[in-house]
Amino acid sequence: MISLQGISKIFGAITALDNISFEINKGEIFGLIGPDGSGKSTLLRILATLLRPSAGHAKIGKYDVEVDYKAIRKIIGYMPGQFSLYPDLSVEENLNFFAHIFGTRLEENYFLLRDIFTYLEPFRKRRASHLSGGMKQKLALSCALIHRPTILLLDEPTTGIDPVSRAEFLMLLKNLKKHEITILISTPYMDEASACDRIALFKNGKLLGVDTPGGFREAYKRTLYSIRGIRPARLLPELRTLPSHCWVYASGNEVKVSTPNPNEIYILREMLDRSTIKQNYQIHVIEPDIEDCFIARMKDTYGE
Amino acid sequence: MIAFIIKEFRHLLRDPRSLLILIGMPLAQILIFGYAIKTDLNESDIAIVRMNNDKLSDLAIQHLDASKGFHVKYIWDHPSQIAEAFRKGEIRLAVVLDNNLESKILQGYPADIQVIGDASDPNTANLLVQHTQGTLRNVYREYLQKNASTPVVQVSARMLFNEENRSVFMFIPGTIVIILMLLSAMMTSISLAREKETGTLELLLVSPLRPHQIILGKVVPYMGLSLINACTILLLSKFLFEMPFRGSLPLLMSETLLFIILALCIGLYISTIARTQQVAMLLSMFALMLPTILLSGFIFPIENMPLGLQYLSALIPARWFVEIIRGIMIRGVGIEILWKETLILAGMVCIFMLLCVKNFKIRLE
Repeated sequence: MISLQGISKIFGAITALDNISFEINKGEIFGLIGPDGSGKSTLLRILATLLRPSAGHAKIGKYDVEVDYKAIRKIIGYMPGQFSLYPDLSVEENLNFFAHIFGTRLEENYFLLRDIFTYLEPFRKRRASHLSGGMKQKLALSCALIHRPTILLLDEPTTGIDPVSRAEFLMLLKNLKKHEITILISTPYMDEASACDRIALFKNGKLLGVDTPGGFREAYKRTLYSIRGIRPARLLPELRTLPSHCWVYASGNEVKVSTPNPNEIYILREMLDRSTIKQNYQIHVIEPDIEDCFIARMKDTYGE
Repeated sequence: MIAFIIKEFRHLLRDPRSLLILIGMPLAQILIFGYAIKTDLNESDIAIVRMNNDKLSDLAIQHLDASKGFHVKYIWDHPSQIAEAFRKGEIRLAVVLDNNLESKILQGYPADIQVIGDASDPNTANLLVQHTQGTLRNVYREYLQKNASTPVVQVSARMLFNEENRSVFMFIPGTIVIILMLLSAMMTSISLAREKETGTLELLLVSPLRPHQIILGKVVPYMGLSLINACTILLLSKFLFEMPFRGSLPLLMSETLLFIILALCIGLYISTIARTQQVAMLLSMFALMLPTILLSGFIFPIENMPLGLQYLSALIPARWFVEIIRGIMIRGVGIEILWKETLILAGMVCIFMLLCVKNFKIRLE
C-alpha cells in the first residue's frame, strides 16, 4: 500500500531522515516509534505531500508523493502533531467546514465516525478551544476521517493526553480497521506498540528496524534482568562497573541489566551482596518489552 | 469555497472585541482627525500689530476678537516682537495692519494686511490664515457696503517655518487610505499567518482545495469589511465634516474597491513571506503603514520631497489612490482625467496577484 525507497530528508545541516526504506501493507495499523526528533513527523509530512524528500521515492498505492500530490491529497486523512483545528469554531462547525472543503457532508460518512461521535455528541456546540485534550484529539480524528480516506496519517495523536483518553483513542483506531483503512501512527510512547500490527523504530533519522511487536521481542537474543526494590536507581553507579557488554539502564521503578551471557547473573548477585547499600533487592529474569528492543537496536546501530 | 468564506466570517464574528476594533477604529480615527482640526481653531491666541490708531484698525481688531476662532492676546504698535512670540509659542497667528489702512480704504485703494502663521503646524496655520482673510475682507466690505467683486483689502499670507500651502481636505483621503491599508493588508496577512501558526494551514494544504480557493476564501470577508468601512468614512466626511463631493459616486466606489483589492493582495503577499502573526503584523506596520503615511502625500507634500523620495513615492499605491480620491471628491473629475492613476493601481494588482499565486506554497517548504 505504501512503499518507501531510500527516503532522506535534509534540513540545512540536519539530516532528519537517513535513507529510509520499508513497506506498509493495506489495512494494517503501522506504528512509527521513536523519541522526539527522530524523524517521525518529517516522514509523515512527506507521505502527506507536505514536504518533498531530499532523496528517494515514496509511493502511496500507485501514486508518487511528489508527482501525484493532488491525487494523494484526496485519499489521505492527515492529523498534524499540533492541535490544528479552529479553536474559535464549535465542534460541529469544525466538522462541517472540513466536510465541505473535502467535498462531502457529515452525514455521508457518518458510519465511520459513529464510534467517535458518541464521545463528542455532548459537546456539539462547544468551541474547540474549550474541549479537553482527549476530546480535541477525537475531534481532530473525526475531521481527518470525514472524507473517508483510505489512509490515515496520525502524527503523535496520543501525546499530552491522559492515559484513559489514550486507551480510548487507540481503541477507536482498532475499530477503524474493519473499514479497511490503513493507519500510520507516530508515537514516542513505546508501550503503544502493542496497539500496532507492525512497528518501525526510529532514532535520529535512522530506521532501527521494522517488525511486528512480537517479532521484535523474539529477535531479542540477550538475557534481561530486572532489579526491583527501594529506589534501585541508587545502584546505578555500582552496576555501571560491570563489563561493557552489559547494558545497565533505569526503566520506570526498576533497573534493567541486559547481558549476552546468561551466566553473568552470578556476577550481578555477588555485586549486590557486596554493595554498600544494604537493601533487599529482587532480581528476576524478564521478557523484553519494546523499549528494551529499542535500546538493543540502538546499541547495535550506534555502538556504545 | 463558500464554506471557507462562511468560516472566515465566523472567525470574525466569534471575536467581538476585534470586530469592534475593526469597525470602530475607522470611526474613531476619522472623528479624532476631524475634530482635532476643528477644535484647534477655538479661541486661538493671536497678536495684532497696528501702526495707526484709526477707526478702521479698531474695527478689524474688534471683529477678529469677536470671531469664535480668535482671541486677541497682544496688540502691538511695532512688528518687532512677532518673531519672539512665535518662538515661545505664545501666539499662533499675527496680523499686521497697513499703517495707512483707513486712508487707503476710504480712498478706494486696496489696503495691505499681512497675516503670519506658524506653519510648524501647517494644518492649523492654514486654517487660521484663511479664516483671518475671510473675516477681514468681510469686515470692510460690509463697512463700505460694496459688492463682492471690488478688492477692499489685499491680504498677503506668509507661513513661518514652512512656506508651503496645503489643502485641509487632505486628511479625509489620507484617513481612508490608511484605514483601508491597515484593515485589508494587515488583517489578511495576520489571518493567513495565524493559520500557519496554528497548523490549520497544513490541513488546508492537504485538502483538495486549490491555492486560489484558499486565497479567495481569505480575501472576500475582509473585502466586505473594508467596503463597509470605506462607506462609513465617506458618509462621515460628507455629513459631519462637510467635505465637498463633486464627482461620481459609482466611480469613487469602484476605485475604492480596486484599492481594497490591491491592499488585500499586498496583505496576502506579506503572509506568504511571514511565518508568524507577529512577523506579519510588523511587516505590515513598517513595510506598509509607514511608507503609506509618509510617502503618500497625506502628510508631506510629494512636490517638496527630494527627487529620490519622489520616485520612491511612485511605488506607493496610496499615493495614486489619494490623487484619485482628491480628484473625484474635490475636483470632481472623472475617469478621463484619472485613467493614469487607475491604470497604475490595476497594474499593481496584477503584479501582486501573480506574486501571491506564485509564492503561495502548495507544500510546507
